[in-house]
Amino acid sequence: MSAILLAQSEVGFALKIPFFLSSVSAGFPSPAQDYIEKTLDLNELLIQRPAATYFVRVEGDSMIEAGIHHTDILIVDRSLSAKHGDIVIASVEGELTVKQLELQPTCRLIPRNRNYKPITLPEGSELELFGVVTNVIHSVR
Amino acid sequence: MYALVDCNNFYVSCERLFRPELNGKAVVVLSNNDGCIISRSAEAKAMGIKMASPYFQVREHVDRGDLHVFSSNYALYGDLSARVMEVLDLVSPQVEVYSIDEAFLNLQGMERMIDLDRYGQEVKAQVFQWTGLPVCVGIAPTKTLAKLANYAAKHFPQSLGVVNLSKPGWRERLLQRTPVEEVWGVGRRSAVKLKIDGIHTAEDLANSDAETMRSRYSVVLERTILELRGVSCIGFEGAPEARQQILCSRTFSSRITRRQPLEEAVREYAVRAAEKLRQDQQVASHMAVSIRTNPNAQFEPRYRNTASVKLPTPTSDSRILIKQAVLLLRTIYKSGYRYMKAGVVLSELQPAGNYQSDMFCEDLQSGKSVSLMQTLDAINQRYPRGVTFAGQGVTQDWAMQRKFLSPRYTSNWQELPKVR
Repeated sequence: MSAILLAQSEVGFALKIPFFLSSVSAGFPSPAQDYIEKTLDLNELLIQRPAATYFVRVEGDSMIEAGIHHTDILIVDRSLSAKHGDIVIASVEGELTVKQLELQPTCRLIPRNRNYKPITLPEGSELELFGVVTNVIHSVR
Repeated sequence: MYALVDCNNFYVSCERLFRPELNGKAVVVLSNNDGCIISRSAEAKAMGIKMASPYFQVREHVDRGDLHVFSSNYALYGDLSARVMEVLDLVSPQVEVYSIDEAFLNLQGMERMIDLDRYGQEVKAQVFQWTGLPVCVGIAPTKTLAKLANYAAKHFPQSLGVVNLSKPGWRERLLQRTPVEEVWGVGRRSAVKLKIDGIHTAEDLANSDAETMRSRYSVVLERTILELRGVSCIGFEGAPEARQQILCSRTFSSRITRRQPLEEAVREYAVRAAEKLRQDQQVASHMAVSIRTNPNAQFEPRYRNTASVKLPTPTSDSRILIKQAVLLLRTIYKSGYRYMKAGVVLSELQPAGNYQSDMFCEDLQSGKSVSLMQTLDAINQRYPRGVTFAGQGVTQDWAMQRKFLSPRYTSNWQELPKVR
């Protein structure tokens, strides 16, 4: 029987990094074995309510001064009630947009980029909020 | 006391979630292969677009730009459905998922402690806040009445999406107004027969003599009558009833004229059906494979055939089911036809590990087979199509047509919704 290599496959494994409480000395059965606490899970840190959490991708630079860049991923928690100063995802003229919410003195959506103008809601209209942004995932490479 | 929570125009609502500009516009979702309409927005209903009408009938509207159309995006609907059910799990002691977009809540004992109308409004509000999907809630002492209450919540805007039939007077008024065919458990055929017997509304049915109806129709209808009167007969299962048969069939994106792609398709359907079977923790004793050409084709030869086999041992092993499916296909395949559709049906289902084994046959439920299939399912759940059988084919040119497919907003990093 012979085998022919057709193609190499690539499997994306999720890499789990155990967190040690002590350092390890080489060549000796690990004394740390008993101290493995658990695997750190980013979900646990970033996501409180999975059913209410959505991810969205940023386009453009309207929030650059808040540290939100083009192509960043935002973590949005719909279960939170938006407060003054929160970064929110809102629906403006049928499009989803990320802005800072201002409730005083009036309800406005503030871009964090001096080149953009704040969005004032027309009199009598209600702000359509999609959710509150809790974290930004920004790749530095 | 039960509540039925049902998402409003579920598939359309899913499509709108990340496309707010579609709010207030006419939107429809098509079935597999972009065949016919399976979900309509209120605006599409108002335009007179009927459920199940074929896509080509509404194409004019689409071309004119007054109707938005989507292929079914089950990756998206499945994810959003799971979110809705998760929220329901938080707000209710016991949830029975009834379908992709509806679930019963068991509210036994709660009526004495809380205001059910308010509870219904809270459930509705929380599902919407957390997931973004609108739902209606029907509350009643039986499941059949809870279904009816939900129907009312959807059809009468003044209900604000919640109808509670435990209040005196409400049930009687609703039963009077509801046509008998809208009652849960009344089939289209029995509705015709009931009308001939002079039973037109849910009220007529509730007032009919249960015993006479049992002998004239069925024990199921008798149960429905009692449920309409407020006597709970359909218990809380906690889990959906096991399926009686599993069907996997599709129309091809284009006609197939050769045996090989047809075999690929049948293998694929056998694998899908086997997966569903294992999900339900069942085994099948009977398998049928069917193929057909377009039954409406005028100027080409038509052919349809089905072959079936009693399996030597009940099984849910993909390898065996694939092999049987191909053998069956080969007995009915004829060249010279343009095939339009194929299907695989598994029946005579029973719970796995609950059958008489045959002393002359290899026991397929033990050891290797079970653990191999478990591993396969685990991998494929994590990495969709991670492991496939070579015979399922790689390119699958015959696979579904989904011309209007929206992005997998919630299940693929490359397809996340964009915000400016």
